[in-house]
Amino acid sequence: MTVDYAGEGSATAASRGWKLRLVRRDEALLALVFLPPALLLFTVFVALPILEAAQYSFFNWNGFGAPEKFVGLQNYVRLFTHGAFHTALANNGLIILASLLIQMPLALLVATMLADREPLTDTFRLIFFLPYVLAEVTAGLIWRFIYDGDYGVVAAMTGWLGLDPVYVLADRNFAIYAILLVIVWKYFGLHMILFIAGLQQIDRSLYEAARIDGAGGWTLFRTITLPLLAPTIRLSIFFSVVGALQLFDVIMPMTAGGPSDSTHTIVTYLYNFGIIRTRFGFGSAVGVVLFLICVIFAFGYKRTVMRND
Amino acid sequence: MMARTFWAAMALTASVAAAAAQEDVITVVHVEQNPAVQEFWEDLAKKFESANQGVDVQFQYLEAEAFKQKMTTLLQSSDRPDIIYSWAGGVLRAQVEAGVIADLTEKLDPAAKDMLLPAALDAFTLDGRIYGVPVRMTQVGIFYNKDMLGAANVDPASLATWDGFLKAIETLKAAGTTPLVVGGADKWPLMFYWSGLALRAGGSAAFEAAVAQEGEGFAAAPFVRAGELFQQLTALEPFQSGYMGTKYGASVGQFGDGKGAMMLVADFVLNGMKANAADGVGIPLDRLGFAPLPTVEGGADEPNATLGGINGWLVTEGASPRAADFLAFFMQPENQRMAAQKSFYIPTVKGLEAELANPIHQVISANLAKSTYHQNFYDQALGAAVGAVVNDVSAELAAGNMTPEEAADAVQEAYAFEQ
Repeated sequence: MTVDYAGEGSATAASRGWKLRLVRRDEALLALVFLPPALLLFTVFVALPILEAAQYSFFNWNGFGAPEKFVGLQNYVRLFTHGAFHTALANNGLIILASLLIQMPLALLVATMLADREPLTDTFRLIFFLPYVLAEVTAGLIWRFIYDGDYGVVAAMTGWLGLDPVYVLADRNFAIYAILLVIVWKYFGLHMILFIAGLQQIDRSLYEAARIDGAGGWTLFRTITLPLLAPTIRLSIFFSVVGALQLFDVIMPMTAGGPSDSTHTIVTYLYNFGIIRTRFGFGSAVGVVLFLICVIFAFGYKRTVMRND
Repeated sequence: MMARTFWAAMALTASVAAAAAQEDVITVVHVEQNPAVQEFWEDLAKKFESANQGVDVQFQYLEAEAFKQKMTTLLQSSDRPDIIYSWAGGVLRAQVEAGVIADLTEKLDPAAKDMLLPAALDAFTLDGRIYGVPVRMTQVGIFYNKDMLGAANVDPASLATWDGFLKAIETLKAAGTTPLVVGGADKWPLMFYWSGLALRAGGSAAFEAAVAQEGEGFAAAPFVRAGELFQQLTALEPFQSGYMGTKYGASVGQFGDGKGAMMLVADFVLNGMKANAADGVGIPLDRLGFAPLPTVEGGADEPNATLGGINGWLVTEGASPRAADFLAFFMQPENQRMAAQKSFYIPTVKGLEAELANPIHQVISANLAKSTYHQNFYDQALGAAVGAVVNDVSAELAAGNMTPEEAADAVQEAYAFEQ
């Protein structure tokens, strides 16, 4: 609607312009009716809380009454010098890496196998998609049981093999990798479905033509599938990164960030060090940092990588 | 979706308001999870309702962590409950300073005050004003499995001193028994060790000086010593395998199932063991022993000082005038007697000692009666923020990630920041 028709001189263009203006007037009316409620809700429930959080982050505040103890940038200084926060950032990085290097190739592989309608593909799609449908907390609790060294599935496995019990979630060097496995298991189904949808958009005749020209499986994948699936892959990367940054509810039932704060993400860190301790000023500072990371990534990614999508 | 929730909430508020207009509703928000105790309280509420026409007492039970997080917002909203649960300490002080808790000093008559154990009432008295009524007290000590100690030839009397306790650990380990069970994933069970040792090393004087920030505060010698003593213990690897991944509930179940010989914990373990043990019973009461916190060499000369919780009920500001009446009714000895007889908890009302049915409750009640100083749990006494740091450093000390000096410094730094 931002196209400027003023430069066009022909009669048809002029009448089209007149019609357009009419449409615009209708739209303006519509906007006048429908925009204020949405704008109000957005302001009250999104914009204001963000601004308030930014304000609280300069106070030492336990949540009672109005924030009064102004501490300047001290919350941010404490945050950036806190070892547990560095670990949380590194863990977020690890989760993103695992999503991009393990989860996405796996999802793509499975998707290429299940994209064509053949017997049983629906069944397998359902099986692989099931973990994604499961509630995060439920999945976390199930895996806590699986990893349990005394009563869980891991305990049964070490029992059969005659090994000493292994306590994966109690070991601060390994707990985060155990969680990564769960994340890949939980979310690769979503990306698989995205890829299947993307693959079904590709014209079959392209493959036929290429095959007639003598192209093999890998060439077909590299020269047809991958380029035509690129928009879906870019979208999938976006979901992976934003999802990784916001990861919270799978981790809480498994380790709640422990042992020794080794499995925090930014959000579990915020919950543990801001909300549980009723240090809402500090928690707000974490929230502001997370918000900035998300905004910079989202806008940067849309402007560069997803520019043409 | 959001709008629908909003209108549902409005409708709910309206219906609650309508109910309130018809009768006097007293809402009690609590953390009790034992159905038998809930039933006992609700029976008391029914008795109160039948004696007071037009009063309706409603209980709401929340899980402890959810309760803590909800309370800050709830207390400042128009849906503020009339009576809430409290662990006293720093959180109570913050609530009182925010002006959301009613002053009960004038409402409690002197006879009612005399009924309560002084140490318990002290915990709810701030600057000479009474802000709550204590309901139960707990004590931290060593709960031990008599059969497992007996099988390893460990004399329970040796648990009286820290050195004797360490010897017992070595003997148990040599006999192939797991000496201690702890729920390390929750961190606070490990806090009992560090704060208990600080109490034995420095006594009431060290804690009071630290709270007043005299000298080095929480970085002072007794708190460093507590870390050193704790690491003497952890160097022996006394805990069950994978203890850092075990939650409190699961650990109590393991203790009840006989997977470890001892547990340093408060007497609320007795209820938890029943709920979490594989057989629904755990260790039979006559096979379970209790020893107070071990004394340490060269520590404070306060062998009768106790560490434990003090829990009570608070009336909120602007609550129904009948709320305080209900509390007074609730605390009458004939009403609290049942808690003692049914072994629900140790009431803070004097004169019920003889009614306690549980032998361990009897021992603890006698300890509390002769206690010269009752230290509230650090994570309650120091408030949510500093308390969490105490829990953190206790876990880090156990894992060997922190030195005793670093642990004490971290607590001091967190405490100083809150002042």
